[in-house]
Amino acid sequence: MDTKKTYTVSIYTENNIGLLNRISAIFQRRHINIESLNISKSEIKSVSRFTLLVKVTEDQIKKIIGQIEKQVEVIKAYYHLDEETIYQESCLFKLSADLLIDNDEIQQIINNNTTKVINIQKDFFVLEKSGNKEDIEKLYHTLEKHGIMQFVRSGRIAITKDKMEISTILASYNN
Amino acid sequence: METNTQTKEKKVAKEIQAISGAEAVVKSLIAEGVDLIYGYPGGAIMPVYDEFYKFQDKIQHVLTRHEQGATHAAQGYARATGKVGVAIATSGPGATNLITGIADAQIDSTPLVCITGQVASHLLGSDAFQETDIVGISTPVTKWNYQITKASEIPTIIAKAFYIAKSGRPGPVLIDITKDAQFEMLDFKYKKCTSIRSYFPVPKVDFNKVKDAANLINNAKKPMIVFGQGVIIGEAETEFKNFIEKANIPSASTLLGLSALETEHPLHFGMVGMHGNYAPNMLTNECDVLIAIGMRFDDRVTGDLSRYATQAKVIHFEIDPAEIDKNVKTDVAVLGDVKETLAQILPLIDKNNHQQWIQKFKDLYQIEYDKIIQKDLSPTKEGLTMGEVIHQINNVTKGDAIVVTDVGQHQMIASRYAKFNKTRSNITSGGLGTMGFGLPAALGAKMGKPEKEVIAIMGDGGLQMNIQEMGTVFQTQSAVKMVILNNEFLGMVRQWQELFFDRRYASTVMTNPDFITIAKGYHFKTKLVTKREELADAVAEMLASKESYFLEVRVEKEGNVFPMIPTGASVSEIRLD
Repeated sequence: MDTKKTYTVSIYTENNIGLLNRISAIFQRRHINIESLNISKSEIKSVSRFTLLVKVTEDQIKKIIGQIEKQVEVIKAYYHLDEETIYQESCLFKLSADLLIDNDEIQQIINNNTTKVINIQKDFFVLEKSGNKEDIEKLYHTLEKHGIMQFVRSGRIAITKDKMEISTILASYNN
Repeated sequence: METNTQTKEKKVAKEIQAISGAEAVVKSLIAEGVDLIYGYPGGAIMPVYDEFYKFQDKIQHVLTRHEQGATHAAQGYARATGKVGVAIATSGPGATNLITGIADAQIDSTPLVCITGQVASHLLGSDAFQETDIVGISTPVTKWNYQITKASEIPTIIAKAFYIAKSGRPGPVLIDITKDAQFEMLDFKYKKCTSIRSYFPVPKVDFNKVKDAANLINNAKKPMIVFGQGVIIGEAETEFKNFIEKANIPSASTLLGLSALETEHPLHFGMVGMHGNYAPNMLTNECDVLIAIGMRFDDRVTGDLSRYATQAKVIHFEIDPAEIDKNVKTDVAVLGDVKETLAQILPLIDKNNHQQWIQKFKDLYQIEYDKIIQKDLSPTKEGLTMGEVIHQINNVTKGDAIVVTDVGQHQMIASRYAKFNKTRSNITSGGLGTMGFGLPAALGAKMGKPEKEVIAIMGDGGLQMNIQEMGTVFQTQSAVKMVILNNEFLGMVRQWQELFFDRRYASTVMTNPDFITIAKGYHFKTKLVTKREELADAVAEMLASKESYFLEVRVEKEGNVFPMIPTGASVSEIRLD
């Protein structure tokens, strides 16, 4: 009855060893696959930010957020739909250096400003692209026929449109 | 100038002493008021044990016969006293043997601090002798855990451990300490932990929710309360009683809520759930407002969720926000400590009597009494029933004893029939259903409350899961009363095989040793009862004894526990036979 949707989960935490294990265990226990995961610093000093992507129902995500927030070292967790966030992924392609010479399609891709050559060697060059998953998939299919030597895509990173009041929560602790 | 600085330095030196990490562990425990711990020594924890030797006048260390026994004993102690239970073990197998007790404490919200030794930090990850990743292993079953690799962390981390274990919804914490950190010197200064910036143990009460709840309750024609261990943990027994008495609302307990309200209270209509009482289970699906207090709608309580109290408005008093709407959708969630929220709602509640509604509970009780209870407690058939043993115990204790049970048929029978006058006198493994819990938990309860009569009720299966702890009962000379209800079966599984697997008794038949001889080996007073006419005297003799006592009762082999809600059925489909 409740349909599955892609949710971006943002978790503000203390920066402690073992917390990743604790958080991933919450998903594992419920047999939920984490589609992507990124951990970085946040806008607040000494506070880490987890960004992860899951496909679940709204009922499931609410319960999961409850379980995440229950962890002692989690300050606050949020969930958002795609339209509530501005999000990006980044990817790198390692391609043969031969493609740089006399290949119109590759030249067009490089010149249309949505990709960037970040490294050129004698045998290969590295193409970088940021965007949403669909754009990256499209590029992947285009490049596939030319031969991809290596490919890697990052986890999603996302900024939410609404406020995240972590500073307020931490300020209320200090008072 | 110079003398001034020197005095100042001396003063600071007095406050801060350089001691070893191991000594700091013991001094931190003392600073937390710990005077009794359970454990088992081994290589990676030996420096701490050496300090126990030094501080034995301040802390009693009880050597259990297995680390699992140490956690269950610490749980029994914690549940009987309300204080944090402490268990300690070495690395590797010592640590992994703690896991069942830790998982049990996690699901039953019991405050525990477990300390494990670990190989030296330079060996971490090298598959060293008795190295195991106990922090990784214990993560899903602890409220919090931490590995200490520097002695300087010891006082702050232990302070945090006690604070986290006890505050909010309690739970187990594991602290793993590398051996080098136990030897390393530190400047010791202890400060209790009172807050952690990322941790919000007690939600702030929203008074509007309290008002909404009061409105629903005041307008209810057929309100019913289900109360859980939250009332006990929150020490809200008085507030709870004032609340139910003012509005005269019929109440039923979960398995772990038992003893929060005295059994004989006129508004106590027994237990809900799979083997609970007929009236509260049936009427869960008839009430108009269901008030859940400090409980978590376990599947053994609710049966089929899609047919659980769907006609009722649900009010949930709860400290853990993650429990709201987890299993049962709530109309009004009153978050907070029940001691606070129940006190706040009391003046908003109208006096009421709900006479007709209460009569329904009484009528259904009468049906259950005629069909089941009477035959369980005062049987006329040949074999002894588990129920009549509990009945005899009630006759002597009048409900004043702490009853500790193991897991299985005897547990359900004891929970159904044991009388409780005082809070914290029902100790059992609810959520995890850990066989082997009873004997060590009873030891912990007795050592925590030596002035109380403590009776461990066990089956022949569960006893043998931690039978070695008889040695600990003997060594500590704890006057635990051990009652074995021996049916020579794993009774509950056998009952399910009888009802749902065509009586195919796969691996539930027990060929038992002579338990009396074993008990005699530990120098316990013993008695074997095989006939009804011997029972009353044997129970009286056991309860008159000032020492530990081992009573084996041979009960009927194929007795069943009824009523019963079969798995997947609705609470109102409860079977009386």
